Amino acid sequence: MAIYLDHAATTPLDPRVREVMLPYLTDFFGNPSSIHRFGREVRQAIDRARMQVADALQADPSRIVFTSGGTEADNLAIIGVAAWYKEQGKNHVITSQIEHHAVLDACKYLEREGFQVTYLPVDSQGMIRLADLQQAITPQTSLISIMYGNNEVGTIQPIQEIGEIARSKGVLFHTDAVQAFGMEEINVEQLPVDLMTVSAHKINGPKGVGALYFSKNVHLLPRVFGGAQEKRRRPGTENVPGIVGFGKAAEIAKAERTQHREHMWHLRKRFLDELTAQGVSFVVNGHPDLTLPHICNISFPGMETETLLINFDLEGIACSSSSACTSGTLTVSHVLKAMRLPEERTRSAVRFSFGKGNTELEMEQAAEKTAKIIRRLTTS
Amino acid sequence: MIYLDNSATTKTHPDVISVMTDVMNNIYGNPSSLHGLGVKAERLVEQARRVIAKKLDCHPSEILFTSGGTEANNLAIKGVADQLQSRGRHLITTSVEHPSVFEVMKQLEEKGWKVTYLPVDSWGRVSPDAVEKALTDETVLVSIMHVNNEVGTIQPIHEIGQRLAKYPKILFHVDAVQSFAKIPLKPKQAGIDLLSVSAHKFHGPKGIGALYIRKNVEITPLLVGGGQERGFRSGTHHVPGIAGMAKAVVLTEQQTNFLARCQEWKESFLDHITSKLQPVLVNGDVTGEGTAPYIISLSFPGLKSEVLVHALEEEGVFVSSKSACSSKLETPSRVLKAMGRTDQEALSSIRISMGYDTTKEEIEQCAEALIRVVPKLQQVVKVR
Ligand SMILES: Cc1ncc(COP(=O)(O)O)c(C=O)c1O
Ligand SMILES: Cc1ncc(COP(=O)(O)O)c(C=O)c1O
Repeated sequence: MAIYLDHAATTPLDPRVREVMLPYLTDFFGNPSSIHRFGREVRQAIDRARMQVADALQADPSRIVFTSGGTEADNLAIIGVAAWYKEQGKNHVITSQIEHHAVLDACKYLEREGFQVTYLPVDSQGMIRLADLQQAITPQTSLISIMYGNNEVGTIQPIQEIGEIARSKGVLFHTDAVQAFGMEEINVEQLPVDLMTVSAHKINGPKGVGALYFSKNVHLLPRVFGGAQEKRRRPGTENVPGIVGFGKAAEIAKAERTQHREHMWHLRKRFLDELTAQGVSFVVNGHPDLTLPHICNISFPGMETETLLINFDLEGIACSSSSACTSGTLTVSHVLKAMRLPEERTRSAVRFSFGKGNTELEMEQAAEKTAKIIRRLTTS
Repeated sequence: MIYLDNSATTKTHPDVISVMTDVMNNIYGNPSSLHGLGVKAERLVEQARRVIAKKLDCHPSEILFTSGGTEANNLAIKGVADQLQSRGRHLITTSVEHPSVFEVMKQLEEKGWKVTYLPVDSWGRVSPDAVEKALTDETVLVSIMHVNNEVGTIQPIHEIGQRLAKYPKILFHVDAVQSFAKIPLKPKQAGIDLLSVSAHKFHGPKGIGALYIRKNVEITPLLVGGGQERGFRSGTHHVPGIAGMAKAVVLTEQQTNFLARCQEWKESFLDHITSKLQPVLVNGDVTGEGTAPYIISLSFPGLKSEVLVHALEEEGVFVSSKSACSSKLETPSRVLKAMGRTDQEALSSIRISMGYDTTKEEIEQCAEALIRVVPKLQQVVKVR
């Protein structure tokens, strides 16, 4: 059996989530917009799921819009807000150099449309500097989009402080919490955050569904036009089983967050300790403490990422180079580049990301196999 | 319980559900991941793409997966408009399109594009002549649906495609959401450059659709990010949905006489209804030729659509007033108005729509239910 250490790319579906989805594939197949019973039943299920997702974020359900995933939610937040506030003469957006491509490419799209975008640098641990942010804000700034926890190195940004700065300047703040959701305690009503992206398939929920939280004071221009679904902010017949599954996954994520998080810290420590015990020479990229515990980015100086990945795959360990979306092409990750790490580190980095099903035994085995691979590659 | 609202959505086929649950349980990798589990998922996605391409007689690279018909329509129209705006800012469509086309056009109008909304005749058809006459030097795209979702009218797509063949720079988009896998339409034969489909309309899953884009046609993506779908549509693939959609397409191959049997049932249904009920109007082509046989649209002037829908629901028959997407609004259908129906006629319409699992008995029972219900309601509101 392969050891799956690529949970930041996607996670297996929780059987409890699958169970609640099944009836919405079979018996409750109606279109939620239909006025008859078939429609009403599934409409209620969507409302319930909206409450579950809202509850996990401690938000009001009316502030949640379901989308086809994290990418769409990021696009809607950034392009939707920027387009709306452009009419008030605001044409500047601030983000960071280490965002997921869903954010970066949305910003590039804005640049083509004539917006100014500031890409904040990060330090060698992947952290933005608040002073840089302060300086970047101008009267034309409509939005700051800084991710909660990074998907490649795990670094957690100072969300509270960023939000306070944004509030003090009257700028909206969006955070991509796709990786942090289910790991960090999130209370959007208390956090100075105006928009937040989450995605179901990263929390053992189904693929093809995500959500955007946006507070009452936020206006945004929809990206998709059509029917009246999602109060016109995101039309299209709802992915009902997906949404229902997302609701359940969010409920479970909230209920089990503390123990899950502890489990992840434990596995991480175990993996790293075991690597050390095996005499492997490695460096952990990112921040030692302010990190998402399930994301563990490791460089093996002297090695090459591509060779390592092929060998890991042969040994039955599924891990990745950077984010899954960009790993089709093996270029040095934009995140590691932004952290200005020495080349021997950026060229030999591998991301291990842990999840629910992983065990301590797997950590031991994975570390042993890693040691074996490194030994083999060193001597050959 | 008789479900006759298949134009709103269909019951997912059990075989589709087994494929999906199998994928959900066993193939959870991200198709963009390089490792074995990712590759397995990617293979599944590519296999599905080939199935859909085969159905449309096109190359797999000409198929993009989207989250549904709405996104496919938005991507096609906004994507072309954005890409070709330097060449011209004029678009042509009809007055009977689905909101996912109509509202996009409205939005583009706000941004300065010119849009021609072609009228339709009393059967809901647009004339190919009118399409050609509307073309200007500024025209970059013509978007016309294949089968109308409210009345089932089939547009003369081949004829329009032939006319447009003379103008190779003008792109032709077809919303085939209501016809795909039911009424054959091959984009290459019909001169179509972009074509939208949605899985939940043919017993596939919700939340998944596809857009055919002819090779060499450039569009600006709607969703940007991970670069999936060759950069045209970013976002982690909805793998179980994609696999389920392909299975649903394969299953349609077994449906050889779907259109013929629907036509037969529809004819006897209409004979029965029109002989027993008055006043009743059949919306669309009454001769049957120009309307999809699996959609029946009727108006009962004097009654209210919603009241009729609920009365039929009491009888265990589920139909709809207008299309699901707009059925909450208490305004007369834009489509029926475009066909020349009065407000009263438009506000009293219901749609009966069949799926692959519909039976003759169900259609007959629906007729019986209408024959029971309509006179009672007419008495209440004193129509007769
Ligand atoms: C931080 C981050 N944002 C956004 C996304 C995109 O989400 P989705 O895969 O649901 O489109 C991902 C995952 O790929 C991610 O890790
Ligand atoms: C003709 C037509 N186009 C587009 C759509 C939208 O498709 P989806 O529901 O998959 O978003 C529908 C169905 O609602 C439709 O009937």
